[in-house]
Amino acid sequence: MKLHEYQAKEVLRAYGVPTPRGSMAKTVAEARSAAADLGGKVVVKAQIHAGGRGKGGGVKLAHSVDEAERHAAAILGMTLVTHQTGPQGRLVQRLLVEEQLPIEREIYLGITLDRALSKPVFMASAQGGVEIEEVAARDPSAILREAIDGAQLQGYQARRLAFALGIAPEARASAVQAMQALAKAHDESDASLVEINPFVLTADGRAVALDAKMDIDDNALFRHPDLAELRDLDEEEPLETDAIDHGLNYIKLDGNVGCMVNGAGLAMATMDIIQYAGGMPANFLDVGGGASKDQIKNGFRIILSDPNVKAIMINIFGGILKVDVLAEGIVAAAQELKIGVPMVLRLEGTNVEKGREILADSGLDFIVASDMKEAAQQAVARAG
Amino acid sequence: MSILVDETTRVVVQGLGRAGLFHAEQCIRFGANVVAGVHPGRGGSEALGFPVFDTMREAVAEARPDASLAFVPAAGAADAVLEAIEAELALVACITEGIPARDMVRVADALRGSATRLIGPNCPGVISPGKCKLGIMPGHIHKPGSVGVVSRSGTLTYEAVGQLSSLGIGQSTCIGIGGDPVIGTNFIDVLEMFNEDSDTTGIIMIGEIGGTAEEQAAEFVKGRVKKPIVGFIAGATAPPGRRMGHAGAIISGGKGTAAEKQAAMEAAGIAVAPTPADLGSTLAALI
Repeated sequence: MKLHEYQAKEVLRAYGVPTPRGSMAKTVAEARSAAADLGGKVVVKAQIHAGGRGKGGGVKLAHSVDEAERHAAAILGMTLVTHQTGPQGRLVQRLLVEEQLPIEREIYLGITLDRALSKPVFMASAQGGVEIEEVAARDPSAILREAIDGAQLQGYQARRLAFALGIAPEARASAVQAMQALAKAHDESDASLVEINPFVLTADGRAVALDAKMDIDDNALFRHPDLAELRDLDEEEPLETDAIDHGLNYIKLDGNVGCMVNGAGLAMATMDIIQYAGGMPANFLDVGGGASKDQIKNGFRIILSDPNVKAIMINIFGGILKVDVLAEGIVAAAQELKIGVPMVLRLEGTNVEKGREILADSGLDFIVASDMKEAAQQAVARAG
Repeated sequence: MSILVDETTRVVVQGLGRAGLFHAEQCIRFGANVVAGVHPGRGGSEALGFPVFDTMREAVAEARPDASLAFVPAAGAADAVLEAIEAELALVACITEGIPARDMVRVADALRGSATRLIGPNCPGVISPGKCKLGIMPGHIHKPGSVGVVSRSGTLTYEAVGQLSSLGIGQSTCIGIGGDPVIGTNFIDVLEMFNEDSDTTGIIMIGEIGGTAEEQAAEFVKGRVKKPIVGFIAGATAPPGRRMGHAGAIISGGKGTAAEKQAAMEAAGIAVAPTPADLGSTLAALI
C-alpha cells in the first residue's frame, strides 16, 4: 500500500526524521491558511501516488500567501500527468503546503529489500534530486549500500555513508541520526520501500527529508491498523479495489482478451500465450486456489466492466480444486450475468471429463479448447 | 533416488486447521509417512491416526519427524518455521501465503547456519512421485520418473508436470520454491541437488519476472550442469513496475525483465520453451 508524501512524513516525524514544517490541504482555503501560518514563502505540492510531480507541474514555489493561493487553485483538481501515471494522469485532490528551506545539497536515501541477501538494504547517493533509476543505469557505483542486520542500521554504517557522501561536519551528526531513524521507521512500519529524494542539507546546517515516499507491505497491514487507515481509495483503480474486496487479484491492462486463471504464475503465462497468439490481454486475474462460485462470478463481472473486452479466456489447472465444481460455477455465473462475449475454456485436472460434460449440457456457447495454446488462439480469433 | 523427500521421510504437519487436515490426508494417500501433528492447544489428541502435540519439541522427542509441512496462518507462520528450525528438522515446506516480508527476513537470518532447509513460503511444496508428497500439489497428475521440475509458481509447476506425464515422461522430484521476495530455497540450491542426483536426467526450470534469481541460476548452470534443462519465464507481457517499487529495480541494476532472463538462460545453454504450452515437448526433444 502506498502512502502519500504528507502521510509518510507524519510517520517518519514520529521516528525523529526531520521534515519541513507544513500541512495537508484539501481546499484552496485550507491551502491559503496553511501558507499564512508558514509566513507565505512556501512550496505547494500535489499529493498523488506517483513520482515526477515537479516536471508535470504539480509542485510550485510561492513567495506570498496570495501566490500560494493561486498555485493551490491551479493544482487542486488538475489532472497531473507524469512518467509514472501513464497518459491518463491522476486527479489531484490533496495538497501539501510546506515551508521553503535554504537548500545547500541534495542527497538520495532509500531502503528496500534485497532479495538476493534476504535483508533490507540502505542505499544512499550523492546524486540526489534526480531520477535515481537514471543514476543506477548510468553509474551503479554512485549508489552506496549498507545491508541492514537485526532490524537496525548501526551507527558506524550510517557514519560510513555520511563520510562517503562528504556531508559537512556540522550536519554529520544529524544526518547519521536521521538515517538511523529512517531504518527504524522502515522496520517498525513493515515498509517495503522508503525513499527520501531529496534528503537535503541546508545552509544553516540541518539535515531534512524534503520529499518522502513510503510503501507498506500489504501482508503486514493486519498489525498496523493506524497505517491501514491511511489508504486513499481515490488513488486506486476502482476495479482493482473491487477485486481485492472479493479475494481476487486483478490488474487492468490495455488489450481486448479478458482472462481468468488460477495461480499468479499461470495467469502471467496465460497473458504471455495470448500475446504469442497475436492478441493482447485485457487483464491479469488470479482467482486463487479456491475459486468459489462467488469468486468466479465476481471475476466475470470485473473482467466485463472493462468495455474493451471482446472475448474471455478461462485457463484453470484444477488440482485440489475440482474441475466439475468449477464448471458448475462458470455455468451459473454465465447464466446470471448473461455474458455476451465468446468464452474460451481450457480446463485441466481432477474430474475434467465431468466438468466438460457440464459445460456441454449447459446450452451455453462455450468454446472448449484442448490445451492452453489452442485456447489462446481461439480467444484471440474471437476477439478480432 | 530423488531429492529432499522419499519413502523414508517422516512428516510432521504444523497447523491442523481445515486446510492442514485436508492436505495431510491427501499426503498420506500419496504415500507420505505422516508421523505427527503440531497444533498448540490440541496436544494429546489424535488426527487421521497420528498423534498431535502442543510443541514441536515434544513432537520431535516422541515421533522423530525429519520434515515439516506447515499450514499455519500468515500471522503466525514465521513463528512456526522458527520453531521447526529450533527443533533442527532437516526440511520444512511452508505453504502459507501472505507472510509479512519482515517476518521472513527474521526467518532467513535463523536459517543461516541451521540444520534446516526451508521450501517456500507461498508454494505448493515438494513431491517425489511414488515416494512422498510434502505439499498441496494434485498427486494424481504425477508419474515416477527422472525429470526434475523446479518453479516459482505453483500452477505452472502443475502445468509442466501435466505435460510431462501426458507425454509418458515421469518426474524424480518436483519443487515449487515459492513466489515471495524472501524464500528459503532458491533455484541454484535445487539445480545443484538435481545435478548431483543420479536419478534425475533432465530438468525443467520455470521462473518469473522480478528479482535476479533466474540470471544467477543461469550463471550457475554455465559449465557446471551437464543435464539437459528446459527453461521458461512467465510475465513477458506484464506491465513493468506493478509489483516492485522502483528501488527494487535499482538493487538488481535494472534487471528483472523476461527478455533479460531468457537471454541469460539461452547463454547458459538452457532451452527456452517458446510458450508455457511447450514445456513438455521441448524437454522431450532433448532426452
